[in-house]
Amino acid sequence: MSDLSTRHIPDRLESPARRLLKSWEVLLLAVAVSIFIANSFASPYFLNAWNLSDATFNFTEKAMIAFAMALLIISGEIDLSVASIIALASTAMGAAAQFDVSAATLVLIGLGTGVICGAFNGFLVTGLGLPSIVVTIGTMSLFRGISYIVLGDQAYRGYPAEFAFFGQGYVFWVISFELVLFAALAVIYGILLHKTDFGRAVYAIGNNPTGALFSGIKVARVKFILFVLTGLMSGVAAICLTSRLGSTRPSIAFAWELEVVTMVVLGGVSILGGSGTIPGVVIAAFVMGLVTFGLGLLNVPGIVMSIFIGALLIGVIALPRLVDMARR
Amino acid sequence: MSLTRRLFGGTALAALALSGSMAAAQDDPVRIALVVKALGIGFFEAAAEGAEQAAEDLGNVEIIYTGPTDTTAEGQIEVINSLIAQQVDAIAVSANDTDALVPTLKRAMDRGITVISWDSGVAAEGRELHLNPSSNSLIGNMIIKLAADELPDGGQVALLSATTTSTNQNTWIDEMNKVMGNYPGIEVVATVYGDDLADKSYREAQGLMQSYPDLDAIIAPTSVGIVAAARAVEDAGKIGEVNVTGLGLPSEMAGAIESGASKSFAIWNPIDLGYSAAYLAHQLATDQAEAGPGATIPMGRMGSLTLDENSEGAMADPFVYDASNIDDFKDIF
Repeated sequence: MSDLSTRHIPDRLESPARRLLKSWEVLLLAVAVSIFIANSFASPYFLNAWNLSDATFNFTEKAMIAFAMALLIISGEIDLSVASIIALASTAMGAAAQFDVSAATLVLIGLGTGVICGAFNGFLVTGLGLPSIVVTIGTMSLFRGISYIVLGDQAYRGYPAEFAFFGQGYVFWVISFELVLFAALAVIYGILLHKTDFGRAVYAIGNNPTGALFSGIKVARVKFILFVLTGLMSGVAAICLTSRLGSTRPSIAFAWELEVVTMVVLGGVSILGGSGTIPGVVIAAFVMGLVTFGLGLLNVPGIVMSIFIGALLIGVIALPRLVDMARR
Repeated sequence: MSLTRRLFGGTALAALALSGSMAAAQDDPVRIALVVKALGIGFFEAAAEGAEQAAEDLGNVEIIYTGPTDTTAEGQIEVINSLIAQQVDAIAVSANDTDALVPTLKRAMDRGITVISWDSGVAAEGRELHLNPSSNSLIGNMIIKLAADELPDGGQVALLSATTTSTNQNTWIDEMNKVMGNYPGIEVVATVYGDDLADKSYREAQGLMQSYPDLDAIIAPTSVGIVAAARAVEDAGKIGEVNVTGLGLPSEMAGAIESGASKSFAIWNPIDLGYSAAYLAHQLATDQAEAGPGATIPMGRMGSLTLDENSEGAMADPFVYDASNIDDFKDIF
């Protein structure tokens, strides 16, 4: 990385606040470990292999989307329609399942729907030059709206038995299929962002889109690919979630987009674009999973949990800024 | 990470074994989780109050009142997972989705937890029994009884229903027609449909009063229709002449009861429902009763529940609300 002859674009800009961010993953890991220890003291049920395994379902599906979303946000765009893509992909799979198709076909339909939705977002943003936040607020209503029109207050069920593996299957002992997929995707996205030209281009675009364009980077194409990837990952999450629930309702995965964005930002990705890492997002996923599960064991009401996550997010974003101000 | 986890895991197992043996030595309370569709809904808060009353009646029972923040199946699954992890004795759930909770609830049952559903049911394979607040025949009888009780000398009544295709309302009206023989002198002169829209229901109620000047009562087995009909009666100045009754929500009907447009109406009582759910869960969790088709299970002050071939049962007649008790309930739901 250091002795490349091409121009080096740093992952982060070196300001005092950014220097603190450099150890972001370490800080976050410390938070994760302390939450883990606190939980084991707070509840006698926390340290149990099966319970911890159950708890991973709280974040694996959201984290899969968060990986692609991290790249998208680093490039300076955002996709708020991800949860609605899940709803639409799940509805498409449910409709197909009524015709006794195989589990493999359902997977293809789920992934296909995700890709089409992502491409639609990507076209509106890069093809027509519309702001992504506005476009995806629109498609958020559009995609879920289609699900509501198709399903109303009804539900699709009757998925084939082998389809249940994706959301309910275990690869080895307590290691679920979803957890393995989560780990594999973490590695793939880590390599994509940190070890490839494509990843370099994503950082370059986020830091300075005009500069990136004049450096010969096909900005629109990279962004389009990122939207398609985000759609694809929403399709993957839709497969896992639908399989886990065994049924589809239009309210499926409601408001997940906010949790996905929270996970990305908590992972140290700058909401303004240009910086952030995949390991950070992975640790953030664990932090959110551990917090919700730990508080759940203490029967803390969900609304208090949301307040806690919100406070955590604000605290984590404000910290570098506060340190910066204190130094002046 | 893996090493620390293994270390932690080891201590944890030891700690668990220890706490397990300690638990067996003491007389731990029976922990019953009341899982609702979402927190912060008056109806369910009232059910939780009922569950606490059951806990008092039973003694040595801990009620865990919980649920997600919005009415999603995913949220309920997270909540139920954490309840399984806590090894509660029983889970009584009002489900956001008939099917989506089944895999999780099956796992709970596999681990020795009693699972029942109440209010909004779970598919049969995901629970031991389902508690309906009432039954179609009880509701059908109740709506005509409410009107007939105010008309000792007989009279003309009309029905204001939801839509022509509303399954619930049509079933209740059918059940009502079956028992009409028990109410001699009561004549149903018309059935109209307000489509569960406030303005259409209002116009239909106005039309009824114009077409049948001697009308004595309007029965609206829908919470939208009953409010609209009561307002139409108030606006027409026919309070005291036309009595509005049927199924409604105390919070929305308090005004009509106060003005006299409605003498009484019915709906299930959430406090009784929570009480019964907790009581039934306790009976099953402590092996004092067993669920199954045809079984009869006691539920304290609410009598007993008889299960049908799907292991479902109806709690009681819908609860009647009138001037004497409306103030206690209007702030609840």
